[in-house]
Amino acid sequence: MSRQLRILVPVKRVLDSQLKPRLLSSTQIDTANLKFSINPFDDIAIEESLLLKKRHPDLQVSTHAITIGPSKSQDILRNCLAKGIDKATLISNEDKGGDGVTLEPLKVAHVLKEVVSKGEVDLIIMGKQAIDDDFNMTGQMIAGLLNWSQATNVTKLEIVDGTHVRVVREVDGGKETLLAKLPLVITTDLGLNTPRYVKLQSLMKAKKKPIEKLDLINDFPQVDLQPRLKIVEVEEPETKKQGVILNSVDELIAKLKESKLV
Amino acid sequence: MFKKAIVSIRYNSLKKSNFYYRSLSYTSERYPQVQRDTKFKRLNEDDISHFNSILSKDQILHATPDNPLIIYNEDWMKKYKGQSSLVLKPKTTTQVSQILAYCNKVQLAMVPQGGNTGLVGGSVPVFDEIILSLSNMNNIRSFDELTGVLKCDAGVILQNAMDYVSDKGHVIPLDLGAKGSCQMGGVVATNAGGLRFIKYGSLHGSVLGLEVVLPNGQILNSMKSLRKDNTGYDWKQLFIGSEGTLGIVTGVSILTAPKPKANNVAFLAVDSFSNVLEVFKRAKGELNEILSAFEFMDSTAEKLTEKYLPDLPFPLESDQEGNEPSFYVLIETSGSNKEHDDNKLESFLEKVMESELIVDGTIAQDETELTNLWNWREMIPESTQMNGGVYKYDVSLPLPDLYSLVEATNERLKKFNLMSETESSKPVIAAVGFGHIGDGNLHLNIAVREYNKEVEKVLEPFIYEFVSSKNGSISAEHGLGFQKKNYIKYSKNDNEIQIMKDIKREFDPNGILNPYKCV
Repeated sequence: MSRQLRILVPVKRVLDSQLKPRLLSSTQIDTANLKFSINPFDDIAIEESLLLKKRHPDLQVSTHAITIGPSKSQDILRNCLAKGIDKATLISNEDKGGDGVTLEPLKVAHVLKEVVSKGEVDLIIMGKQAIDDDFNMTGQMIAGLLNWSQATNVTKLEIVDGTHVRVVREVDGGKETLLAKLPLVITTDLGLNTPRYVKLQSLMKAKKKPIEKLDLINDFPQVDLQPRLKIVEVEEPETKKQGVILNSVDELIAKLKESKLV
Repeated sequence: MFKKAIVSIRYNSLKKSNFYYRSLSYTSERYPQVQRDTKFKRLNEDDISHFNSILSKDQILHATPDNPLIIYNEDWMKKYKGQSSLVLKPKTTTQVSQILAYCNKVQLAMVPQGGNTGLVGGSVPVFDEIILSLSNMNNIRSFDELTGVLKCDAGVILQNAMDYVSDKGHVIPLDLGAKGSCQMGGVVATNAGGLRFIKYGSLHGSVLGLEVVLPNGQILNSMKSLRKDNTGYDWKQLFIGSEGTLGIVTGVSILTAPKPKANNVAFLAVDSFSNVLEVFKRAKGELNEILSAFEFMDSTAEKLTEKYLPDLPFPLESDQEGNEPSFYVLIETSGSNKEHDDNKLESFLEKVMESELIVDGTIAQDETELTNLWNWREMIPESTQMNGGVYKYDVSLPLPDLYSLVEATNERLKKFNLMSETESSKPVIAAVGFGHIGDGNLHLNIAVREYNKEVEKVLEPFIYEFVSSKNGSISAEHGLGFQKKNYIKYSKNDNEIQIMKDIKREFDPNGILNPYKCV
C-alpha cells in the first residue's frame, strides 16, 4: 500500500481580475451584475494539485477543493471538479444579500483549521492572496494555528520521498530552495504553473457530481465570526491622464516649457 | 482590459517596428504598368506656401532624406510604398475644405489617410499624391446616453471611441483587430466589417449621418441622430465604402448599442467543415439573439499562431491518437442576463457534443480566459505575417463553398511546388483559412517568406476566378483599394462598373481624390 498524499485546496470566489469595479459608497464596492471567478492564485493552486496527482502515480494523491461563500460559489467548485479535483466542499455563509458575509483572514483560517482537524490532510496548497482584499495572510495563519510548516509565494514544488516537499521561492534578487517535512501549508505565486482550460465534456459531467455542503454558523459553532477589522474607507485609484502624441522635438520642448518641466 | 491592451500594443509595434523590415521598393517600380497621370500637378513652392496659409507649421510634415515619411508612405503590411513628400494634418473641417478646394483648383492629387491599417493599399500614395491625415481631428463631438448616438471627428481612434462609449454603457457596433490604430472616418470610408457584424450588421445600417468634404471644398453635413429619415436619396450611403474616392469623411454620427452585460466565449474543435456549418446552423437557432460571433479557423492557421504565441497554452489538447482536429470554432454570446446566457450556451454545447458535431471544446471561465481565447482568432493575421509577409484574400462565398477555396489554393500551390512549412527555399509557408462564418466571409491568408511575382501569378487571377465562378465577392470587407482595382470585374458587371465611374466623375470631376484605386 503506497503512501497517501491528501491535498486540501482552499479557493475563493472573487470579482473577476479583469474588471474595473466601481464604488457603491465610500466603504463598499458595487458588485451588482459583475462577473465573479476563481481567485487566480487559487486557480494556480488547483492546477498544482492536479499536476502533483499526475506526476505521482507512486502516491495515493487525493485532491479536495473547499470554499466559504454563497451558493453561487458552487460555480467555481464545479469547474474545479471538471478539471479533475476529487472532492468539493461549500461552506455556506449565505446572508440576505446573497453575496455572503465577509470573513477576515483569521476567521477563514480558524474555519479551515477545523476542517483540517476533522478530516485528514497532508498538504494545503492555496493562493498567496485573494485579489479582492489582497491580505496575503490566510495561509500563514492556518500554518500558525495548526503549528505546521509553511512555504509562501512558491514558484516550484516537488514531493521528495512522499514525506518531504522541496519548493523554490522567488526572494529579493534571486531564488531560495527550501525542503520541509509534511504536513505543510504552501501558498502559490504566479510562476508556479499555467492553469488549464476546462474541458467541455468534463464540465458537463461535473454537473452531476456531488458537492458537499456545510453551513458556516451551524457546522462551525466554535469559531467566533465577529469581525475585528473595520473598513474605514475605500478609494478608486487615481485615473491616468491621457497622453498626447507630438510631431516634433520642438513641439515637445515647447510643451515641457509650457508645463514648467524644464 | 489588460490583455486587450497587449493585443493593440502588439499590433502597433508590428506596424512600426522593423523586425521584419526589408527595404521595400516603390509601388510605382513594382507595378510599372500603372503610370502617373500627367494631368496632376507636381507640388511646388507656391503650393507649400498656400498650405502654410491654411495650416500651422506643426500641421505640415515634409519629407526629408532623413525622414522620408515612411509611416505615412507605406502601408502596414509593407506591400505598398508611395513617394509623397508632404503630409497635411488639418484640425478642422474648414481646413480640410480649404485644402481640397485648392488641390481641386490646381489639380493636385491627394490620398486621405486615417490609421493606415488598410489591407489593399488604399490608404497610401501610389506616386507623389499629397497625404491628408485625419489624425489631428480626434474629438468626440457628442454622445446621447438615451439614444446611444455618438458623434465624433473622423480621426478618433476606434479603441478610444469604444472606451468612451463603454464608460457610458454602450458599444460601438463593430470591432476589429486594428482597433488600436484605425480611425472612425477610415472605418466608415472603407465600410469595415469585423467581428461583431453578425450581431450588429453593416455600417450602412448603423451610421446615421456623415460630414463629408467634397473635392471642390463644399462641406456636406448630415450629422443627424435620426434612425428614420426617409426623405429621398440617402446620399451618405455612397460615402460608406467609397474608399476616399468621392469625398473626405470628417465627421461620423453612429448608433451605438447597449453594452452587453454578460459575455461568454466557447472554443470548439470540429473535425470537418460540414460539421462547422451544422454547428453554425444550430447555434443560430438555439443561441439566437445572444449569438454575437461565430468564427472559424483551420488547424494550419492555429499551428502558425501557436508559434507566434509561444507563451500562451493552446486551449485544447489534441486527441488521444495525436490527430489534430481540422477546424476550430469560436462562439461568442452577449446578452443582458448572465444566468440566462450560461444556461442557453451550456444546453446548446451539450446538444452539439451529444450529436458528435464537436470533438472537443472549452468555455472561458473568467475574463482572462475569454480574452486569451479570442487571441487564438485575432492573432492569426499577425501569425501569418511573421515570417516575411502574407497575401491576404478576403472574400465572400456561399457557405457550402466557403472552405473549398482554401483547399483549391493549397492544391494549386503544391502543384506548382511553391509551398513548404519547413523548407526555407520555398516561397510559401502555408495557405490558411479562417473567418466569419456568420457573414459568409472567408479570410484566405497565404503566409510567405517573401513577396514574389511567381507566387502572385499562381494566386491571381486564379482566386478571383474561383470566387467569381461561385458567385462570391472578391472583397468582403477589405475593399478594392490599389490591390483589387483591376479585379472588380469578377464581382460587378459592366453596367455596375459604369455607374460607379459616373458617380465618381460627378463628385470628383478632376479625379484628384485617391487616384489609381477602387474604380
